[in-house]
Amino acid sequence: MSRVDVQNLTKRFPTVTALQSVSFSFAHGEFFVLLGPTGAGKTTTLRLIAGLERQDEGSILLDGEPIDARTPAERDVAFVFQQYSLYPTMTVYDNLAFPLRSPLRKTPESVITTTVNEAAEKLRITHLLNRKTAQLSGGEMQRVAIGRAIVRAPRLFLMDEPLSNLDAKLREALRVELKHLQKTQGSTTLFVTHDQIEALTMADRIAVVNEGRIVQQGTPDDIYDRPDTTFVAQLVGTPKINLLPANRRDGSVLVRGSAISVPVPRLALTDSFLLGVRPEDIRPDPAGSFHGTVMLIEPLGVETILHLRSGELTLLSLVPGMARERVGEEIRFSIVQEKLHFFGPDNRRIAEQGH
Amino acid sequence: MARFEQHGPRVPVAHATRVDKVNPRAQATRRIVAFIALIIAIIMLLPVLIMGMTAFKTRSDVASSPPKLLFKPTLEGFMYLLTDRAVANASRLAELEANAKQGKLSLFNRIALENGQEIIGPSAYVARLSNSVIIAGISTACSVILGVLAAYAFSRFKVPGKDDLLFFILSTRMLPAVVVTIPLFLMYRQLGLHDKHLGMIILYTVFNLSFSVWLLKGFIDEIPREYEEAALVDGYTRMQAFFRIVLPQAVTGIAATTVFCLIFAWNEYAFALMLTSQRARTAPPSIPSMLGRGGIEWTAIAAGSLGFLIPVVIVTFALRKYLLRGITFGAIRG
Amino acid sequence: MATIQLSGVEKKFGELHAVKPLDLTINDGEFVVLLGPSGCGKTTTLRMISGLETVTGGRVFLNGEEITWKHPSQRDMAFVFQFYALYSHLSVRQNIAFPLQAQGQKRDIVDKRLKEVVDILHIGHLLSARPGKLSGGDQQRVALARALVRHPAAFLMDEPLGALDAEMRESMRAEIKNLHIAQHATTVYVTHDQVEAMALGDRIVVMSKAEVQQVGTPIEVYYDPANLFVARFIGSPGMNLVASRIAGGAAEMPGGNRYPLPAGWAKPLGGRAEAVLGFRPEAARVSPDGALAGEVYATDMHGGYTVLHVNMAENEIVHIRSDRQTSYPMGTRVRFDIDPKAVRFFDPKSELAVRREAPVRGEVAR
Repeated sequence: MSRVDVQNLTKRFPTVTALQSVSFSFAHGEFFVLLGPTGAGKTTTLRLIAGLERQDEGSILLDGEPIDARTPAERDVAFVFQQYSLYPTMTVYDNLAFPLRSPLRKTPESVITTTVNEAAEKLRITHLLNRKTAQLSGGEMQRVAIGRAIVRAPRLFLMDEPLSNLDAKLREALRVELKHLQKTQGSTTLFVTHDQIEALTMADRIAVVNEGRIVQQGTPDDIYDRPDTTFVAQLVGTPKINLLPANRRDGSVLVRGSAISVPVPRLALTDSFLLGVRPEDIRPDPAGSFHGTVMLIEPLGVETILHLRSGELTLLSLVPGMARERVGEEIRFSIVQEKLHFFGPDNRRIAEQGH
Repeated sequence: MARFEQHGPRVPVAHATRVDKVNPRAQATRRIVAFIALIIAIIMLLPVLIMGMTAFKTRSDVASSPPKLLFKPTLEGFMYLLTDRAVANASRLAELEANAKQGKLSLFNRIALENGQEIIGPSAYVARLSNSVIIAGISTACSVILGVLAAYAFSRFKVPGKDDLLFFILSTRMLPAVVVTIPLFLMYRQLGLHDKHLGMIILYTVFNLSFSVWLLKGFIDEIPREYEEAALVDGYTRMQAFFRIVLPQAVTGIAATTVFCLIFAWNEYAFALMLTSQRARTAPPSIPSMLGRGGIEWTAIAAGSLGFLIPVVIVTFALRKYLLRGITFGAIRG
Repeated sequence: MATIQLSGVEKKFGELHAVKPLDLTINDGEFVVLLGPSGCGKTTTLRMISGLETVTGGRVFLNGEEITWKHPSQRDMAFVFQFYALYSHLSVRQNIAFPLQAQGQKRDIVDKRLKEVVDILHIGHLLSARPGKLSGGDQQRVALARALVRHPAAFLMDEPLGALDAEMRESMRAEIKNLHIAQHATTVYVTHDQVEAMALGDRIVVMSKAEVQQVGTPIEVYYDPANLFVARFIGSPGMNLVASRIAGGAAEMPGGNRYPLPAGWAKPLGGRAEAVLGFRPEAARVSPDGALAGEVYATDMHGGYTVLHVNMAENEIVHIRSDRQTSYPMGTRVRFDIDPKAVRFFDPKSELAVRREAPVRGEVAR
């Protein structure tokens, strides 16, 4: 297991620059997540680290040593693909044994048997060992794919959106299992996804990627509580954060297009900026200072999403449990002041005064 | 029909199909169309059927007019095709008839005996046929092997000028064979490849290569790269990944390509006629030129054509499992 | 007007029972969701309604008229697919106009309907584009427009949001709901995502292994699941289900945890030695003098809230939803309470819910 340093990685394709000087590091035993929309460059990064492609600039270090010149086989990494990772003509056992049977390793058959059985137990697929992979369900297939990575006990696990093609419920279950497996094995893992729930629940640290650049790095708490840009703020959190255009006037912050206003915070505010409020910080409140009309109700059981119209704006509000409000109802609501986010016209977080 | 819309089909449907396919009127229409198609197919196959019948007729049956539909089948045609005969003199005739009575004579000899002849050896055609087998077989193997390697490279690697190269390869098929036959003849003469097996093998391989590269590239493109990349990461070399993973997945494509290449090489006529004479001549140019004494040996020609069809049919039939097998993919949301 | 009725509808593939005999009435203007994991029979059911799949048994009715064997194109239903199924060689405008032109409608009607639909879905700016160049969300809007333009009696949607990014899914979900409120068209919607089902459905049909597990409103399937499957499937994470022994007026759970039976449960559970106790993660609260105890196994950060995995004993792990401030290192012993109104019981063998004495919907306090 080991430390990974990615330095100034750049990769250009004929039509687009996939990565622009991307740098990040993570330590031995960490579960590091690259989070970003489709096409952001996350898979490219993973493939460069695996050695399946060559970068144009920059270097990759494993335990302090540059591995740029090594072939994929020499890098001692395991790759879990999103799909097509299992060989359909072989049984599950043979799929799991395949990495160990590579001529590079020359593992004796007895060791292979023990290793495969161990891995199968950890992933609870021992009963599937003799089946052909074509007969497995999606969740079972991905377990085998993860098993194939585990048997090698590599220094680094690379996972490319392995849960994306699974049913929602399966994803939930496998998320927990994967995280648990990683913690008990202590495996250094780089995990790529576009699903922010996966990132928040599984990661020790997250790097948010967009259009080939790293936009922010930090723990899940950092990313959620202190997003550096509106992009990051909108990417994490369901439902999406409310971004309201606002102006500063006479000692208060006035939200354009509605009657909402909040006191001016101790920040170096520009004249016009964006106010970010997470839906859970907007609550129906009979004593609240603002009012709006309920346009849509999405009952999710554990909580309810209310779409409120206030002036010209539509706000999302998240309330626990069932909502008593009805569509078309005029209600009053309040906003939790301590949790407001302020972003300047450049879409970056506005710093504290004096910083 | 109103009855169907109200009551549905008489037997419960327990397979995957749309409602409009189960409708009796639609089914009846489909059956009628299928029947008409069958009639048309039989009409199209008529020449082949006639040829088949002719192969088993006697000389006299063939010449009869109107053509005989019912006749006593015989292997006379095959005998004319495959053997050389000589007229036997009186004493030899007596010997042969004695042997025949004792059952010591082969089938063909007995047929020859009826015409007062004896078999003195295989005809030139047998050699031609074996040339066909050798030349078509080896050239097919070569073009498929080279084709699959080239197709893999075009599919997976960044080959400079890939698109141009592929087009160039395809363009070799755009010429009618006749156009290049004379230059080839002269070239081959110079190189000493005229009327040599090697010459024909090279020629057929090259001509089939364009087709096999394009067809196999299509199949290999469909095989997800992740399969080999997983192997590369696991410590296999490209070559090992190619043999253990890509080839088994490409079996359908390889089978299809083999059949097509074989059919081309086996049936090829123009080059075979122009570029060979005695030693390396294959079967197709030989069959029509079967001249007997005093006329065209129709039964021999028919026997030869029929016999010529059979090997290709056998190969295709043997490969049918691979031809029909679909390409399976990995994890699909199941 | 479009009331769809399924009466004993079943589908077999050879010996395999893909959909067991099913009875369902979809009322006019209702948005009904068929929810379940892959292979449960929901898509096959939808296809039988549309005519793209034949029924092995049973009958399908539209507004009282039997349509079981009617040609799919005669059923006046529009199908929306997961992978859009747009014609890539036609422009967006041509794609949307296609169904009307196929019906032979006059040019002015086609134009009028096209404009209506384009306004509703806000895709006016995309009319001359090719589908291949559009984002997933836009493509699905075009697919919806194409279905809408026919003014069909019913919409049948097969996991239309499945191919979209998580972000897009959220906004398209709200759009589909808004569309339904405006059009009030009868809709049958298939999905494996219970969040979608809860947000969109007037009623949800929960299916598993070819059978209907429960039919109810989102509130009903959430707060009163009919069996263990529904309890687990709805909600993320699903309901906590702990096997317990019933003795002395309490449920005895692993780890020496003893939970006194709340009001109304003593009689229905009387005579049972065992029952499965169920409670949702948000119905439990960590509290220093809680009745139950366990060891923290993991803490999951979910953005606005945290989920604690608490091991009661012998690997009986329950999930407790709490706010962001709560975070415990692995191994901490915690005590917690369960809201008595939110507790549910299930029979361990039949897996069915045990009905309380006086059926009262449990409401989680705000």
